[in-house]
Amino acid sequence: MQQKQDWDIIVRPHNSLFSINLREVWTYKDLIFLLVKRDITSVYKQTILGPLWMFIQPIFATLIYTFTFGQANLSTDGIPALLFYLIGQTFWNYFSECLNKTSVTFTANAAVFGKVYFPRLVMPFSVIISNLVKLGIQLLLLMIVFCYFYFSGSSMEIQWAYLSLIPFFIVLLGIFSLSLGILFSSLTTKYRDFTFLLGFAIQLLMFLSCVVFPASMFKGVTNKIMMCNPVASSLEAIKFILTGHGIFSMHYILGGIILTIVLFLFSLIVFNKTEKSFMDTV
Amino acid sequence: MSQVVIEVNNLGKQYRLGQVGKTTIVDDFKRWTHKIQGKEDPFLRIGEENDRSKKGNSDYVWALKDINFSIQQGEVLGIIGKNGAGKSTLLKILSRTTSPTVGEYKIKGRVASLLEVGTGFHPDLTGRENVFLNGAILGMTKTEIKKNFDAIIDFSGVERYIDTPVKRYSSGMYVRLAFAVAAYLESEILIVDEVLAVGDAEFKKKCLGKMSEVSKVGKTVLFVSHEINAIKELCNKGILLENGKLAVAGNIKHVIDRYVETAKQKLAKREWMAQERPGNDFAKIDFVKIVNIQRQENCVFTFEETVGIEVGYEILQNNLRVNICVAVYSNTGQLIFMSFPEKELVKTTAGSHSIICWFPKELLNIDWYTIRVNAHTFYPTNLIFDLIDVLQFEIISNENKIILTDYEDKISGVLKIDCKWELTSN
Repeated sequence: MQQKQDWDIIVRPHNSLFSINLREVWTYKDLIFLLVKRDITSVYKQTILGPLWMFIQPIFATLIYTFTFGQANLSTDGIPALLFYLIGQTFWNYFSECLNKTSVTFTANAAVFGKVYFPRLVMPFSVIISNLVKLGIQLLLLMIVFCYFYFSGSSMEIQWAYLSLIPFFIVLLGIFSLSLGILFSSLTTKYRDFTFLLGFAIQLLMFLSCVVFPASMFKGVTNKIMMCNPVASSLEAIKFILTGHGIFSMHYILGGIILTIVLFLFSLIVFNKTEKSFMDTV
Repeated sequence: MSQVVIEVNNLGKQYRLGQVGKTTIVDDFKRWTHKIQGKEDPFLRIGEENDRSKKGNSDYVWALKDINFSIQQGEVLGIIGKNGAGKSTLLKILSRTTSPTVGEYKIKGRVASLLEVGTGFHPDLTGRENVFLNGAILGMTKTEIKKNFDAIIDFSGVERYIDTPVKRYSSGMYVRLAFAVAAYLESEILIVDEVLAVGDAEFKKKCLGKMSEVSKVGKTVLFVSHEINAIKELCNKGILLENGKLAVAGNIKHVIDRYVETAKQKLAKREWMAQERPGNDFAKIDFVKIVNIQRQENCVFTFEETVGIEVGYEILQNNLRVNICVAVYSNTGQLIFMSFPEKELVKTTAGSHSIICWFPKELLNIDWYTIRVNAHTFYPTNLIFDLIDVLQFEIISNENKIILTDYEDKISGVLKIDCKWELTSN
């Protein structure tokens, strides 16, 4: 008998459901870092305003919302309209961009994935991290606007006790979008039908996520259904922490966390199953 | 002793032909119902041998089947086979970009696959940034890239442009930089797919040199190429794939001999039915045949015989200059010569024509050759058809005693020319 060899890689057609190798992703941390750097630096190459575009987009969106929804006299929960829409915009943009970009992980990177192996999860992770960086920069804008209204005497109270929870909500939103994104990207490799679904689903989801109007506008069952959406409950909680206006409900937040974790694990399994042979069907 | 670093057991890969659509969802459903009942996948039992030229009965084919081999550390394994024999599929599976349908393989050490150079290069990033990004994609850590950075730039020879976005590079510079990154990978196993088919002659040579250097320091290389010469030069072991099956494995010379032998086909004429004739609205080809001086079809000639290529074609429009071109390739894929008819023979009137190209006799060495025939119009230049490897002929020695199959016994070289020798002694 030959002595037993210690193989580094054994590849079989089917591995167990939970053979998700997060440690392998960790060995590729340099790649994640470089991809994030690429995402951030390459976007604004050959532009004159450069990263300023990160501010221009939310400013304009906020102005338009303030104008149109202001005309319609929609409630903003007592928060100054401009600030209300800017908060919504900033966090919603982060969520929707993470979702949009991670949902095309397989189709957009097919050329690279078809030639080189590395843990496929590296790609969606890097998307989330680069969007985190972008969010961090946009939070600067939010801070400036916030300080303006805060010191000009609007009726706002920062909930200092909860302030440290904001990063937690940012992570929660990131994981939630990552889970949805990789789930959709796995589903779209073979049957492209889901691409069309996601396209308008994101648009519609915005109206169910308390971005342009507060949850308090809805009463009773509608309100409850609305708050089951982790994006809505997170956004409401963030608004509450920053201004004292909004719904901060532990029930919904806990529910959101559980939903996110379950969805995350489920998506990982689907993603893991898909990544092995998606090249044949993409 | 050197140890086995790659072991492949009963590897197989099945593909479904045709488009993804309603039938695939039905098949997926069947597969799923069998799975939850604990039965075997019903589609694994069917599936045919992968021969692309024949029409099959099944939508499922085995691109690879029953592949078994192992590679020891430091070996350079050449994978050869005709187009569609499964070479690239095998590389894809071994580099983990897709998974096998059945079987398994085991690998010891880090694997870097170079199925393409410059994977993940971003056009807007500078050369420097892309070196890091590409290196990381290929599995290097940042410190490893930093360590080799100067050597990479030196090897690529694009130092001057290193802080310019790669979209401003010439295609040659792009490939040079990309290969340079690959050349300094620190992984133990390299999987290479015809990346050498790019760059200018000087750089190609440099790459080949680098590859053999890499194998000398104990790295294992798997190499796929159509260029038999490159394989012969680089590899010491080989496997030959035929229609997805392992035909022969072992010493590279043995494997190449077998490949050359199977690639021979004793066919002196190719004809097409009216509907299937290659070509376009300008002209269509009717037949190609290899003829001897009596205009009889033949594909084995002695060195002294004259070889002729007859092409029958039909011009479909008047006042169109349809030019036929015949080219001869060695069995290693190297172009030996090509020939056009002189101006007066280029037909411009519609109708069927037949033209013969006679090769000068006593020219080609004892070996076998493949022919490529194409046709194009002038003003504007327009390729009408291009038939690569359409027919093959063999030149044999005229001494009847033995047909020399062992090419080590014959004079080397593509041509066999009687040169005049002159000796002057004083």
